[in-house]
Amino acid sequence: MTSIDAGTTSSGGNRAATQDHSEGMAYLETLPKRVVTTYIPLFLIIVVLLFPFYWMALTAVKPDDQLIDMDRVNPFWTWTPTFKHFYKLLFESEYPRWLWNTMFIATCATFISLVASVLAAYAIVRLRFKGGNVVGALIFLAYLVPPSILFIPLATVIYKVGLFDTPLALILVYPTILIPFSTWLLMGYFKTIPYELEECALIDGASRSQILIKIILPLAIPGLISAFIFSFTLCWNEFIYALTFLSSTQNKTVPVAIVNEFVDGDIYRWGSLMAGALAGSLPLVILYAFFVEHYVSAMTGAVKE
Amino acid sequence: MVNSTIDMPSARTSGRSERTAWQRLSASRNWLGFWYMMPAALILILFLAYPLFLGVWLSFTDTKIGRGGEFIGFENYEWLWDDGVFWVSVFNTLLYTIVASIAKFVIGLYLALLLNRHLPFKAMIRAIVLIPFIVPTVLSAIAFWWIYDSQFSIISWSLRQLGWISGNINFLGDPWNARWSTIFANVWRGVPFIAITLLAGLQTVSPSLYEAATLDGATPWQRFRHITYPLLTPIIAVVMTFSVLFTFTDFQLIWALTRGGPVNATHLMATLSYQRAIIAGQLGEGAAISTAMIPFLLAAIGIAWYGLQTRKWQQGGSND
Repeated sequence: MTSIDAGTTSSGGNRAATQDHSEGMAYLETLPKRVVTTYIPLFLIIVVLLFPFYWMALTAVKPDDQLIDMDRVNPFWTWTPTFKHFYKLLFESEYPRWLWNTMFIATCATFISLVASVLAAYAIVRLRFKGGNVVGALIFLAYLVPPSILFIPLATVIYKVGLFDTPLALILVYPTILIPFSTWLLMGYFKTIPYELEECALIDGASRSQILIKIILPLAIPGLISAFIFSFTLCWNEFIYALTFLSSTQNKTVPVAIVNEFVDGDIYRWGSLMAGALAGSLPLVILYAFFVEHYVSAMTGAVKE
Repeated sequence: MVNSTIDMPSARTSGRSERTAWQRLSASRNWLGFWYMMPAALILILFLAYPLFLGVWLSFTDTKIGRGGEFIGFENYEWLWDDGVFWVSVFNTLLYTIVASIAKFVIGLYLALLLNRHLPFKAMIRAIVLIPFIVPTVLSAIAFWWIYDSQFSIISWSLRQLGWISGNINFLGDPWNARWSTIFANVWRGVPFIAITLLAGLQTVSPSLYEAATLDGATPWQRFRHITYPLLTPIIAVVMTFSVLFTFTDFQLIWALTRGGPVNATHLMATLSYQRAIIAGQLGEGAAISTAMIPFLLAAIGIAWYGLQTRKWQQGGSND
């Protein structure tokens, strides 16, 4: 229920309703008071939250000599932006390759986990098989097992099955993080779809798989998008498994490559380091900008259930 | 599984009974449920449940990279018990978790309350607030690394220009500075998640409750204490459990910022176990460190669970 509520706030009417809602007793406060108690603290927090990104972007386009000379030029701005660092990144390093690795791994892992989660969530919510509730609880518990306590034994498993230093290792391991979350989220969505639809289809002779594909999935598309976006972001962000399971330079993902390959003693490395960090974040931020509501509903939905 | 192999051949003898047996089977919820659960269960058992137990087992062996180990009982743990670095990492992990979680909760709740007010461009502000949570932790940690640079830190520069300090601050080179710096970076990264999830909880609280309380003369603090807080408790418990778990097991932020340095002063248990298991090759010892995290995690989950149950009981009954 809750996750659907959150998901539909993107529709215009609903948003207007929530805004009217939240106005509440705001008219009781005078403007100066509101500025002091609301706008100024909010502004300060947002400045602190965004400053590292501003600094990242500024450093990425600053000429090298300005980076370390803070006395003659004001460090908070530059009038002579350069794209040298991005050029170096794209044409003189393996950055495009790392970006591709990250995207490929994230897409495959997300796809696998979505298929597995849709089936599992449907089975738990709608098939109500024997022990379904126990399985649901176990999946939730799986969400609470952090990668930090699994990476050592997993490394031995990966090594034994011969997947060490291959993208497939991450594609198979990431779903362990994604499936519990997506299943839990999709269970919430499936619960809101009325039983009657399914009963009608059953009477008309549809099989369970037909019902799932032709009736449930189209109705759960907002949930699928939410699960997809959130899972994709989690994959992109994952670090410890990628650091442990990949060893050769050309196989690395962006976060690991930035930390391991760019960090040398060079005092001028900051420009390309920041350019790399920026280029690694931008695809996610753009994706996020298009699907903010889905992302938020994924986040809040999974917590509320 | 077993049923199918037995049923199918016997049913094949007569066409009619085969159909009914097959139909009965495909209509059986348990049978279908089993197959639908299969992909998820396979992945989770193979790459989550099995490694979990394997990790505990490894901690009782002297396995090294490239060499299978033998059972050596509690030797790894005895070794860790006398290891000063291990205890520093336990201390750091607790400090990091407790301070960062409290700070994240307070600032996150405050931010959620601010965002819940009537604001222009509310949707956009909310989207912007969440950006630190979207950007991969390691990449924003790299930005912090540059901000915390010992020579060219913008914070040192600004404070120097203001005349508050004379020399540069050595953010990551001094043990306590490094601890506070990493905690700040963690809080920075965690606040948006807590603020946005608590905001979702706040939006479900009916404004009429506040109006009624205001008419009865309640102060803003009383409205928060007796309306907002009790109604928000369940979601606070869940969000904080997640936050505590992820902070306790944090790895990437520390690894990107300090790698446990200076001189092992900022090692968390997770980074220390990586250092010992993967870099030094002592898989058994590393596994012992990560296994030592499990009791703490169970305690955190237990406290959250207990808190939720108590709250339910106080509010009377089993209504969810």
